Amino acid sequence: MSAPLTHTYRSGEVHRFDAQGQDFIYLVSAGAIFALDGAVGEVLAMLDAAEMAHADLVTALTTGGYSPADAEDLVRELRLARVIVSDQTVLAPSPPKPPEDYPLQALVLNITNQCNLACTYCYEFGADKIATPNGKPKYMTIDTAKASVDLLLAQSGGRPAVHITFFGGETLMNFPLLREVVAYSTDQATAQGRTITFSLTTNATLLTDEIIEFLAVQQIGVTVSIDGPKEMQDKRRVYKSGKGSYDVIEPKLRKLIARHRTRAITARVTLSQGVTDVVKIFRHLREDIGFHEVGFAPVTESGEQAYSLGEEGMVSVLEQFHQLADEWLDYALKGRMHGFSNVSETIGELVQGTNKSHPCGAGLGLLGVSPSGDLSPCHRFTDADSHVMGHVSSGIDRKAQGEFLTKGHVGSKYECQSCWARPLCAGGCHHEAFVRYGDTGHANLHYCDWIRQWTETCLKIQGTLAVKNPEFLEKFAERKGLS
Amino acid sequence: MKHLRPINQKAKAIDESVDTQIAAMQDDVVALQQQVRPHVPMGCTLSFSPGWEVDASGGTAGLCQPVERDIYDCYVTCFWPVQVPDHVNYSPDWASNCSAAAKDWRSLDIIFP
Repeated sequence: MSAPLTHTYRSGEVHRFDAQGQDFIYLVSAGAIFALDGAVGEVLAMLDAAEMAHADLVTALTTGGYSPADAEDLVRELRLARVIVSDQTVLAPSPPKPPEDYPLQALVLNITNQCNLACTYCYEFGADKIATPNGKPKYMTIDTAKASVDLLLAQSGGRPAVHITFFGGETLMNFPLLREVVAYSTDQATAQGRTITFSLTTNATLLTDEIIEFLAVQQIGVTVSIDGPKEMQDKRRVYKSGKGSYDVIEPKLRKLIARHRTRAITARVTLSQGVTDVVKIFRHLREDIGFHEVGFAPVTESGEQAYSLGEEGMVSVLEQFHQLADEWLDYALKGRMHGFSNVSETIGELVQGTNKSHPCGAGLGLLGVSPSGDLSPCHRFTDADSHVMGHVSSGIDRKAQGEFLTKGHVGSKYECQSCWARPLCAGGCHHEAFVRYGDTGHANLHYCDWIRQWTETCLKIQGTLAVKNPEFLEKFAERKGLS
Repeated sequence: MKHLRPINQKAKAIDESVDTQIAAMQDDVVALQQQVRPHVPMGCTLSFSPGWEVDASGGTAGLCQPVERDIYDCYVTCFWPVQVPDHVNYSPDWASNCSAAAKDWRSLDIIFP
């Protein structure tokens, strides 16, 4: 007779939170969320204090009033779910590396790198730009665009649906090409029995009735880069003359939103120094202009630019984020969508239980294509010689892709290993990291506290809804199901 | 699971997986066990019979027992009817002409139960 294994347990990597008087855990190794009963709380409290041998843990629970069988069942359940971890268990590194031939899901076509605005914080043309567009085509040709579509269809494996996002520069400066690409790719996809969907990002200055009609009929999702009401929009989103763009876009946006009902119309706000009145911006864009969803992100910059949000700006932004998050929850409890994307997006990922190997799909399921046909991890690396990842004519450069993905894997980011928010964050935007630290594989350490605070807020929202309106969460079961 | 209630899709997947594992544990094979806990399988895996291995030089000549002796480990001490004839039920005399395995193993024959 050999002796049985003697397990010694410690608490697994769990982040505890509560909502509505209910205790929850966020299981970091998986991205799973569980509601707990009192027994689990007791076990975790004991193991937080010290590691315990199996027999001691069972004895402690039995002394506390559980039957030996119940205590054994409880310990086994927690061990199998990895809420508690035995020293006898060897855990595989999580999350695993995606396969090398991971199929493409989406392309971002930079159909032009030209823009009719000169926003002062622009990552493509501003002080921290990484693009090297000299001597390269300014507008994508139809041949390059068709080669891109062919690449997407060929490299997307058996995916029944793929997606193309049109991007710029200002996307609508090359609208004739956009129209041709929609027709060509729809034909190609249909011939293969697959579907292809489209979206575009625009500054809205060049929208016309004809374009709006086209976008509505073709069901093309529209994201508008806009910073809020006139005084904030015109602070940095200006023409080369310095003239603000608000008066030009405002009537066009109202027309777009009135006519285009087939896809969500989203506003994407860049927060920068002096443009931090989140609530006011939200009210204007959601309630006055009528966007379906409004999302906010601080400007990307090296940390030295005058338009930087700065610490104080960030604190104020976060306070207002929490105010809008409270509103979002009030709406959700009544079964209504509020429109604050920063919550909706995070809840979408929490409902799925996302456990990211990489912060986003860049270089993985998604690639950017520059006007010249160069491939890059995403649109933010377009035309940057330092980040070319192949060409639409020669295919994906697997070596460059492999290096990018190895660096970007959350497992290679030392600081992330002790952070409970890594299943959703995975170190944050590759481009932001490159601009800030000169390395796409660097964790975005300047955001860590903010990300953890925000994730905690969204976990509490999820917990509250799980108790009071679980049906509402089911709306998020389909990824991006709302846009 | 009894104590953890899944709140998102990943948690539901873990819930199902744990329930499946627990069910599998309850249906575990116990025929060779004297008691349910601890789970210690009985039989040849526990007996140390040199002959299953190779000797220090990587060959079989220097083993404490001849490799042919392994036959009896399956035939007599362990009911394992796939590899060798079944000593208990239908071939009690299979090895009767083979008193010293290292010398007489050629007298072991194929059987047709």
